[in-house]
Amino acid sequence: MSNPAITPELIAKHGLSPEEYEKVLSILGREPSFEELGVFSVMWSEHCSYKNSRPELRKFPTTGPSVLVKAGEENAGVIDIGDGWAVAFKIESHNHPSAVEPFQGAATGVGGIIRDIFTMGARPVFLMDSLRFGSIVGDSEQAKTNRRLFAGVVAGIAHYGNCIGLPTIAGEVYFDESYSGNPLVNAFCLGILRHDQIARGAAEGIGNPVFYVGAETGRDGLAGAAFASRELTEESKADRPAVQVGDPFREKLLLEACLELLATDAVAGIQDMGAAGLTCSTCETASRGGTGVEIDIQLVPQRAKGQTPYEVLLSESQERMLVIVKKGREDVVKRIFEKWDLPYAEIGKVTDDGMMRVRNGNDVVVNVPARSLADDGPLYSREAATFTSPAAPDLTTVPQANPETSLPKLLAHPSIASKRWVWRQYDHMVRTGTAVLPGSDAAVFIVREANKILAAATDCNAIYCKLDPGVGARIAVAECARNLACSGAVPIGVTDNLNFGNPHKPENFYQLRAAVEGISEGCRAFGVPVTGGNVSLYNESPAGAIDPTPTISMVGTIADAAHITTQAFKEAGDQIFLIGETGSELGASHYLLAIHGRKEGAPPAMDFAKEIAIHNALLGVIRKGLVRSAHDCSEGGLGVAIAESCFGNSLGASIDFGATDQRPDVVLFNETQGRIVISVKSADASALEKELSTTGVPFRNIGEVTDKADLSIKTGANSYSWSVSSLNEIFEVAIPKLMEG
Amino acid sequence: MKVAVIQFPGSNCDTDCQAALLSFPGVQAETVWHKETSLAGYDAVVLPGGFSYGDYLRCGSIARFSPIMGAVRAAADAGVLVLGICNGFQILCEAGLLPGTLMRNNGLLFRCEHLHLRVENTDTPFTSVLHQGQVLDIPIAHGEGNYFAEPETLKALQANNQILVRYCDASGNVTAEANPNGSLKNIAGICSHGRNVFGLMPHPERVCDQMLGGVDGRGIFQSMIEAVTKAKA
Repeated sequence: MSNPAITPELIAKHGLSPEEYEKVLSILGREPSFEELGVFSVMWSEHCSYKNSRPELRKFPTTGPSVLVKAGEENAGVIDIGDGWAVAFKIESHNHPSAVEPFQGAATGVGGIIRDIFTMGARPVFLMDSLRFGSIVGDSEQAKTNRRLFAGVVAGIAHYGNCIGLPTIAGEVYFDESYSGNPLVNAFCLGILRHDQIARGAAEGIGNPVFYVGAETGRDGLAGAAFASRELTEESKADRPAVQVGDPFREKLLLEACLELLATDAVAGIQDMGAAGLTCSTCETASRGGTGVEIDIQLVPQRAKGQTPYEVLLSESQERMLVIVKKGREDVVKRIFEKWDLPYAEIGKVTDDGMMRVRNGNDVVVNVPARSLADDGPLYSREAATFTSPAAPDLTTVPQANPETSLPKLLAHPSIASKRWVWRQYDHMVRTGTAVLPGSDAAVFIVREANKILAAATDCNAIYCKLDPGVGARIAVAECARNLACSGAVPIGVTDNLNFGNPHKPENFYQLRAAVEGISEGCRAFGVPVTGGNVSLYNESPAGAIDPTPTISMVGTIADAAHITTQAFKEAGDQIFLIGETGSELGASHYLLAIHGRKEGAPPAMDFAKEIAIHNALLGVIRKGLVRSAHDCSEGGLGVAIAESCFGNSLGASIDFGATDQRPDVVLFNETQGRIVISVKSADASALEKELSTTGVPFRNIGEVTDKADLSIKTGANSYSWSVSSLNEIFEVAIPKLMEG
Repeated sequence: MKVAVIQFPGSNCDTDCQAALLSFPGVQAETVWHKETSLAGYDAVVLPGGFSYGDYLRCGSIARFSPIMGAVRAAADAGVLVLGICNGFQILCEAGLLPGTLMRNNGLLFRCEHLHLRVENTDTPFTSVLHQGQVLDIPIAHGEGNYFAEPETLKALQANNQILVRYCDASGNVTAEANPNGSLKNIAGICSHGRNVFGLMPHPERVCDQMLGGVDGRGIFQSMIEAVTKAKA
């Protein structure tokens, strides 16, 4: 089969602009081959090159005394956690593949992020996921599609994570119309390693052999990176061949074989084949090593006969790695990969000429400076629209809904309702380290081999981000840190997944820029580095762009097992305190959305100094052993937070907010930030008050835990009460009922 | 006591089982690769959970042909204790070391959660330290745990007291609501006619540490240790 001629149409089909093609011509000094055009197309796609976002990403704080591998340096950042141990973690999107094929799209998203972690030499220990779908309520075709996507994505994550044996211990799921047709699937993986186990993705040592290990290359996932860098259209279904097919069993073998190989002294460099497959891994390792790499396509293990060099180079078949082996140690690879019954092949060598050279037998089909592909891609500074912050909603236009009916409605809203239906499908206990099961503020995981306790949370309220992207991003960072504090943890690092619409549209680019600046500010305030992450642009369906969704995942450590804290009330008689002050910030709230159908108003303010003082005060009393439960107020405000704390151990609560001139719906459901509901043994209440008084943070006793069947709340002259078991039932059945009828 | 934890390709609870066993004083636990052919010197064998061979074809159906299975069968025939957990239970059924089969959960979805088991027979090397009717809190994590057997097989299991644990509610009532997967008679685990092979879907190794949600799994391992110790004495 002969290659097509390079025409303007073919160039456009490869997503390269005329200017970018000019750049290709000047780099090569000649017309590219068909294969080279494909290689430039994927390497210069947004997914691989971050050409539209890189100038913005430079704003992130990425350094610090605990940073062992910085963002952007390797496949994932690495952070010191003491005693010679470190963690590698990262979040990555698989949005577009999941939109056209939810099961495989989500499954391979999980597989890809796991490879990023063990490529670093780390043993993966747990997963999280951040998911967004259109509304799943109702009988419309769109709702049915959204339910199908939701079910498929969850099953895909379960399939991959459960089979490979990694617990999915936390996450978040939101439902909003803006994601109809363009769901978000962001997968996070964390791994553990000793400092001396950090592996590098550099092609080092001229003459070292280059090995291909893992699954055979097939035609699946052809040019997936380029597909992911386009808007989704009605025709996107035709891109289904661009979705990869995952095999978690193969990846489990690959994971064990690679860790066994890395434990020997035979490896000079290692890199997974993710986006842009063989192309990306060869030119990136060469670029990092300051070397060249030469491979022969004919030596690559292949699933199908008759694949062209173009197909082999651009395939995104899963479960494959590139390993640069120290010369003379080839037998080690052979021994280990034969033990695990995995394909392997020596496909080339490291050269000294800086070129990525691909042969097809005797023919050279690609001969490009490796650095030009990996690091010299185009960079754009897009135009950002001007933005005016919205005003707070005019409360006179918001009718006062009865809290007694509003609270159950909020608890039944799919974004707030229990996600048990989701995490019950995930094995969240394998590797026997999950100390706090899904459903609390943060997941807590004990890493046995390192004797360390880790906590992790992932958050992003995209309604806030839609209405004010900068504030929304600041809140996402603060909420993650607050969730960690509620579990007794101190944050150590952040990975982010920036999900936005087409950056060529100025309002979208403004959202991206404001969110990056908000995240940067938040990370600086909390003193945590961004260790890496992922950018997913072009998240648009024919109905328009998604709400901007800069997902934040934060990892923390807990010094002592006695500090592990959960959100559920523990015992009748315990006193309930609220740390933080309640304002009158109904804007962007789920109350406005779920009860009044309004997505509007300014999101709550975020004052980092106040927020940090509250986290420190909370951690102080947790460490003194005074706190029995801690739960932050987020979507649905105080009302939802207190109800959720009642559910865990089926306890009641008697709450009195005291005199107030605020409307009851504002008191119960507004989403003022920096508020935490804690419970404390009655006998410890005065000690707690004394401790908190010294910190200067606002707090007050708002009631007590009871063994009664109801939750009762007084605010001003109004009293309300609900049966805890009926609220719990509403909270638990909402999603199963929608999904299973 | 020296225990072999078999590692099939795709096993993923192997190190969890090993760690749980090692938390008992005097227990040695080693992983044994499935390509080995001997289990000489081991006092007990554990087939851990996971997705051996990716669950391709049918859960456990390929693992039963692994080289090590000859040695597992010989050990079982010689009276050595063999414990199969989750995928290990599926493999034991596929290998014919236990009767019946494990089908897809009746709800079709994978289920991972804590639930309750009632101990039905304490006169076995796996349950001797437990008491009759005791309710254990042990989690499950499976997509294919729906136990099925032909009526005659079921009758024989009952007649010979081979049903060791059944799904129940927190008070020990064996009810349809407490059955997570559609298993016949709420069966969660059965032993062989000779009592020395035990397979169960729930994961006792996940509840051997108070920090990780309980210690109700310890009784099964403790029973095994006592049985081996007694046999050696």
